[in-house]
Formats: sequence, structure tokens, C-alpha cells
Amino acid sequence: MGEIFVLAEHRRGELRDVTFEMLGKGQELAAATGGSLSAVLLGHDVGDFATELTKHANQVLVIADARLEHFNSAAYQQVLTSLITERQPRLVLMGHSAYGMDLAPSLATQLDLPLVTDCVGLEFEDGDLFAVREMYGGKVSAKVAFRPADTYVATLRQAAFPFAEGAPLGGEIVAVDSPLTEEITYRRFLEFVEAAVGEVDITQADVVVAVGRGIKEQENMSLVEKLAEALGGVLAGSRPVVDAGWLPPDRQVGQSGKTVKPKLYLALGISGASQHLVGMKASSTIVAVNKDPDAPIFRVAHYGIVGDLFKVVPALTAQLGG
Amino acid sequence: MDIVVCVKHVPDTTEAEITVRDDGRGIRKEGLVFDISEADNYAVEEALLLKERFGGSITVLTVGSQEADETLRMCLAKGADQAVRLTDERFEGSDSYATARILAEAIRGMDYDLVLTGCMADDDASAQVGVTLAEMLGIPHAALVISIAVEDGTMKIHRELEGGLHEVLAIQLPALFTIQTGINEPRYASIFGIRQAMRKQIETLDLGALGLAEEAVGEAGSKTSLVRLFIPVVTAQATILEGSPEEVSSELVTIFKNEGVI
Repeated sequence: MGEIFVLAEHRRGELRDVTFEMLGKGQELAAATGGSLSAVLLGHDVGDFATELTKHANQVLVIADARLEHFNSAAYQQVLTSLITERQPRLVLMGHSAYGMDLAPSLATQLDLPLVTDCVGLEFEDGDLFAVREMYGGKVSAKVAFRPADTYVATLRQAAFPFAEGAPLGGEIVAVDSPLTEEITYRRFLEFVEAAVGEVDITQADVVVAVGRGIKEQENMSLVEKLAEALGGVLAGSRPVVDAGWLPPDRQVGQSGKTVKPKLYLALGISGASQHLVGMKASSTIVAVNKDPDAPIFRVAHYGIVGDLFKVVPALTAQLGG
Repeated sequence: MDIVVCVKHVPDTTEAEITVRDDGRGIRKEGLVFDISEADNYAVEEALLLKERFGGSITVLTVGSQEADETLRMCLAKGADQAVRLTDERFEGSDSYATARILAEAIRGMDYDLVLTGCMADDDASAQVGVTLAEMLGIPHAALVISIAVEDGTMKIHRELEGGLHEVLAIQLPALFTIQTGINEPRYASIFGIRQAMRKQIETLDLGALGLAEEAVGEAGSKTSLVRLFIPVVTAQATILEGSPEEVSSELVTIFKNEGVI
């Protein structure tokens, strides 16, 4: 029933995980609809990636162009507009990533296609396409219908789908001529910048004491510092605490920060936005303290305390001899 | 630099109990506190900082009912020059695409160098309106912007990628940026500003004033539709420890010992 495109994401010489997650979902949808799966690879000197992708797709469409060496949504949009117009795929999958968020809405708008972003579920039902996505910080899920169209666009949440597996598909590599004719001057990639490295590497710690919005005020940070010290752990935080400047960026756990897998992860006043959960859910033991019994953090925690961190933290610190 | 900032008035649900309406088309909003969406608040601050450096004007725009005036007034109190609310019963049911269409129609007639939005709204988290709007306006864009500098008339911006990495881009104006939280430290409005904002007029524009067709907005103008909302099925749940702070702490100490972390 037509072709499913998966836009391969790569950066600094590596295919990103979300590529393989999309290929897994893409295979499943292709099998369910009797369609074929095509990985779409834009880049410069990406032959190794193409070979890798043949394992998980029926075809690998390669558009090689020096102007595609680094992601640039303006260049990607031109290439994909041309490719989608020519091949009329049934569905185009992209990551709900810094790349996909920058590209999918403008591409879908230019081609007048329906788009649903940040999907955690995606299924055809009697030929119509439906997505499941989260709202209100993960407290509510929504089933969303795409308006019937020849081609749909969806971005998939990162780390929400399993990797493609099974026997290699042995797909064919198809070189497609780049439709880019001139340099894009209105938006130019200049360079990558790494986050500054601090004195503590939170990814190496056995115990991470992480604090979130529930800490409320900067002066309350000393409470959790004392607990981290009593546990011999390091202090980390979720996005709101780093945004507020109460912890440096290298202490941020989550999609845009660090991924940690300590023996113990103590989440204090962290509600558990999906972007945070991807950075800590592989920890051996997760303990969460939060006032809100419906906080999504309790879905990944092993032990939970529904209560006031301002009472629990001092009591725990005292019992640890801090 | 003339800047348009698009903002959204949303319920704060971080600690609130959420229930879905019987028709499944929305959540019950009674008792919820509404405020500007978090990333939009950073977008407003970024506009104020740019105006302080380069002069120009700030126009704040929203699509919404009269309650949203509270958010617009707060933007005026902080230093925005004018506020416009796009409002019509026929806008109800607009998805991200149709919402961007309404905003695009209002912005098209304005003089602007830069359009700012939050990178995503706290309620629907679609991260779609800003970039869609840029395409409709036919201007360059960048999503997830975490730093803005101006060099030789070109904007030099950082976009936040994953894992602590940024990419630096040069972008020509006019352009649209979707702003990521943490880019600045949003200010609070002064009492004087709040008083002044009370006297400022908030302009409203409806479907007719924008010159939009009825089919272009609401459910008819949308490319997606909400089937239903539901509370997610919880597949895994923490073992909840109960008791006084001292009791749960002593249980935790036992757990830590068993896990070999202390």
C-alpha cells in the first residue's frame, strides 16, 4: 500500500538512535499495510550509513551533496519536497528531535500535508491514520486523527519505540540526484558547540540526587546538597532548575542534558517530563519524592513517596547521619 | 528591531490533578490557574532584551478568548508596546496548523524584523505552530533557539540539540525563532508597569477583520482532529512507601543498604 519513508538522522559521523527506532516502527507499519520501507539518507560521504541502513529497510534512498554535510532544515526541506512530490510515499517518519522539530512543520506546510508531532503510538485503522501523543506534561494522552491525505507526516518521540530487529532486510541502495542548485544563504550552519565541562561528571556517579521544580527557591538547594553529601552522591537536576540557573548546565539530566545510569537515582520534586525520563530511566534503583500522586515520575520509579520533599529530605538526611 | 511575539495562555498543570471532560475533547479547567506558557515567557524576555539593545517595538499576539488578556497585560506590563488578541468563536477546534494560519494572517500585514514564539506550549506540547508559521510567512526559521547574537546585521544563533550539544547558525532577517527555556532570566513586571498596562488597549481581531474564510479555521481548517483524550494506562507503578517522614526515611535507608549504595 505504498512506501514509508524514514528520514535517517545522523550527526558527527553517527546514525542517531531514533533512526533505528523509526525503522522498527516503519517495518511494523509496512508489514501491516503491505507497503515497503525506504530509509532516506541525506548527507555527504555517507556510504557507510547507507550500508548499515540496508539491514533495516527495503530501499535506502541516498541523496549525496556537499551542501548536506550538516543538517540544515532549509536544504533538507528542498530535497524532501522534491523526493516526496516524485515518489508520493504514504507516510514520512521523522524524529521528534532537534532536527525533526526544525523541519517537519515547515515541510508539511509547504506540501500541504497533515502532521502529528511527538507520537508515542501510530497505527492505520481501515486505511485511516491515527496517532497517540501526550499532553499536559504526560498526564493526559490524546488519540489524534490525521485528515485523510495521500501522504502523512509524523514525528516519533525519541526513545519511545524499540530498535528495528529481526533478519536483515538486505535493502537496495538507490542513489538519487540532489535537487539542490545553489547555496542557501539565508540560513547557514557554522559550527557545533559543546556544553562546558564542569568539575563533576554526573554520568560517572553511583548515586545521583536530582532535584526539580518542586524545590521552589534557590535557597532551598542547600537541603538537597546536604542529602547528596550524606549519600556520597552528586547533585543533578531537571531542566527547570538549570533554566533558573540554580545548577550549571552540565548537571542537567535528560534529552538535552546528560543520560545517567547510577545505582541509585533519587528524584526530588521532579514531575517526570518525557525529556527528563529518557535521561534516567535506566538507573538501577529509582526513588521519587513528589507531592503529586499522578506525576509521571512514579511510572518509572521503583519506590515512591507521595509527600513533601521539605519534610522527607531533612528526615532522610538526619537518618543518614548528615 | 520590530518584533512580534506569539504567546499562549495555558493552565498550569504541573501539580494539579487533571480530569478529562465527559466528551473526551478537553480537560476540566475549573480551578486551574492559567498563565503564559513557559517557553513563551522566555520569548517575551528575549524580545525585551533585543529591544533594549536595538530599539524598535514589540507586539504580542495571541489566539484566544478574553481570559488570555491577563497574559497579554502581563506582557505589556513588562514592556511590550502593543497587544493583539485574535478571537472568534469559529477559531474553536483549530489545530496547530489552523492556529498558525490565524497568526500568519495577522502578522502578514505588520512591519516586523523578527517573530518569536516559544518552542512548545505547556498544554499540547506540539512544537508545531512556530515553524509552521514561518513557512506560511515565507521567512527563514530556527527552532529551539538558546542564544541570539547580532553580528554585522546577521543573526548568529545557537540551537539546542541533544546531549548538551548546540549548533551555531547564521540567519538573515526577517526570520522566526522558536525559543527554548533557559535562554535568559525572565523578569517580573514592576508595579508601575502593571498599573500602566491596565490603561493600555488590547486590540481584538476576528475572522472578518483578518479576512480569513470560515473554512480556513477551526476544525474545517485543521489537518488533524482530536479523537479523544484519556488518562494514560499505567503499566508500571512505583511501590509507594507510606508513613511519617521518619518512617519512610528509615525504610529508604534499608532499601539503600540492600541495594548496596550505602
